[in-house]
Amino acid sequence: MRFSVRFYVAAGLVVLVLLAALLGPFLIGVDPNTSIGGLYDKPGVHPGFGGILGTDNEGQSVMSNLLYGTRTSLLVGLIAGIVASAIGLVIGLIAGYAGGLVEEILMGLTNIMLAIPSIVIVILLSVSLPQRNIFTLALVIGITSWPWTARAVRAQATSVRTREHIEVAKMSGANFWSILVWDVLPYLLSYVVMAFVLQVASAILTESSLSMLGLGPSNIVSIGMMLNWALAWGSIRVGAWWAFIPPTLMLTLIAFSLFLLQSSLDELFNPRLRRGKKVKAGVVTPDQDDEFLPEAGSAAGPAALMEAAVVDRTREEARP
Amino acid sequence: MGLGRYLLRKALWYIAALFVALLLNFLLPRLIPGNPVDALVGKLAQGGAGSDQLQTIYEHYVKEFGLDKPMWEQFLVYLQNTFTGNLGTSFMQYPASVNKLIGDALPWSLAIQLPAVIIGWLVGNLLGAVAAFKGGWFDRGAFVGSLFLSSMPYYCLAILLLFGFAVWQPVFPQGRAYSIGLTPEFSMPFFMDAISYWWLPFWSLVLIFIGGQAVGMRSMAIYELGSDYVNYGRGLGMRDSQMVRYIFRNAMLPQITGLALSLGGLVGGALITELVFNYPGMGSLLFTAISANDYPVIQAITLIITVTVLVANFAVEVLYGLIDPRIRATQGGDKS
Repeated sequence: MRFSVRFYVAAGLVVLVLLAALLGPFLIGVDPNTSIGGLYDKPGVHPGFGGILGTDNEGQSVMSNLLYGTRTSLLVGLIAGIVASAIGLVIGLIAGYAGGLVEEILMGLTNIMLAIPSIVIVILLSVSLPQRNIFTLALVIGITSWPWTARAVRAQATSVRTREHIEVAKMSGANFWSILVWDVLPYLLSYVVMAFVLQVASAILTESSLSMLGLGPSNIVSIGMMLNWALAWGSIRVGAWWAFIPPTLMLTLIAFSLFLLQSSLDELFNPRLRRGKKVKAGVVTPDQDDEFLPEAGSAAGPAALMEAAVVDRTREEARP
Repeated sequence: MGLGRYLLRKALWYIAALFVALLLNFLLPRLIPGNPVDALVGKLAQGGAGSDQLQTIYEHYVKEFGLDKPMWEQFLVYLQNTFTGNLGTSFMQYPASVNKLIGDALPWSLAIQLPAVIIGWLVGNLLGAVAAFKGGWFDRGAFVGSLFLSSMPYYCLAILLLFGFAVWQPVFPQGRAYSIGLTPEFSMPFFMDAISYWWLPFWSLVLIFIGGQAVGMRSMAIYELGSDYVNYGRGLGMRDSQMVRYIFRNAMLPQITGLALSLGGLVGGALITELVFNYPGMGSLLFTAISANDYPVIQAITLIITVTVLVANFAVEVLYGLIDPRIRATQGGDKS
């Protein structure tokens, strides 16, 4: 294993965000839901850690909201990422390994889900929810974002299916599920990890988009909700930079560090993306039998598909 | 494998996707507990509307949605309305038709998105290809910069630009799409006024888009750089500019997909940008519709976003089938 500088930078940033989200709420000692001052008090007007970034439109501590909000956003991202990766992994594995009619049906479903912009389904689902809390939102985001994980996993599983060790496992009497878990899954784990990181990042961004559209969780602060309040109360127009710059930068930091982590993992797992080392063996054949258009870049195999997912993100959020 | 069969197969899949989308669009808002029309009429009654008027409004919606009929018949009514281009009547601004609200909002969304997508695509691809080819610190700088831009949520950049160039250094006007007092018209003064409001949303989108395209193009081009024809060409002593052109062309095909998909995402691609700049496009319309539970408008917007995405995807499939014979061959139907 040869970790690149990029990997250490990305991992460092991710750890930083995690520390802020995990320890911050305990260290700050200021409740994000109580007013400590008036409308948009400047940073430093109020003493202590809680006043360091001033107050927001309700006179609450921006610093406290930021730390609690980061925790909420990460939690939503994590739950949604786990849900999406789990569904995608199961469907992709079964489709890729089983083949035949099962594959046709599962991939037909996946491709239809992939073709419908997921932001549309997320919006429709969120609008229809009787009440929105972070768990229902995470669930909604998770069950709309699994299709591309399923497709990437399935492409990999298909290529593993024909390898010799699978035959050996079959001959030694292993059943379908045991082969899936012990003989196919380990070959895909690196992809699944990368896909998971991307899913978490895009779920956090989706949560923010939803919150800004007015579909955010009620009664809890998230980074998206902070931005929603900042816009609704015109903090930009009155120049109260402390109310909107911190959540903006925090969201950017989270997204950037996760995408950087994913791309450095990609380089680590996929030698073909490393410069100077032209590994030719084991080139994954282009995935050309899908019913729908591959994402940009997927002609170069699933690894590029993952990278393309980064590219598609701006669009993904729109469709998505 | 004939092109016809390939296209037919694709068309069937997209029709299936469209059907699922329509079904979701129809079904999900109807799962809301309670009847939205009752809730609406209740709210209007509080506002002091007369009972005769309420009765007319109520009957109008019951008829429009077919609420007195069973579910499957309601779906047929919905399909019929949708396919005849009737998107219904707004709850929020009764009796304005949704068609008119959308007609007012859509041009603004397209005006900031279309130039941003096209220019961003061209510049981004060029940057990505050159970065991959040059390597070294230029590549590293361009890559990390592009990755940063492309992973920056597009509305975050919008917020920073709005603050930086409209509030802190007021170079551009804040928010809206044209000055108060003007009405949209095709005249030079209005155009000049509107364009001063247009710059900031445009820059916020185009920068992000350049970043995204450059990252994608770079990885495609690096992939191409390792291939045999490049080594051979280098061995022959070909000029760099010639080489870049070959790599560019080969790495282009997936990027064309990206362009088409972005064009398909035009309608819904910058929903939040519009909120940030208070730009009167589809995003702002969606926002007000959501806050007023204006389901007909929400459904119409989600439907339009879906349809444009599906149409763009299908158009690329057709184009691909025409350009690349390999795709026809593998997907024509012989495979399974």
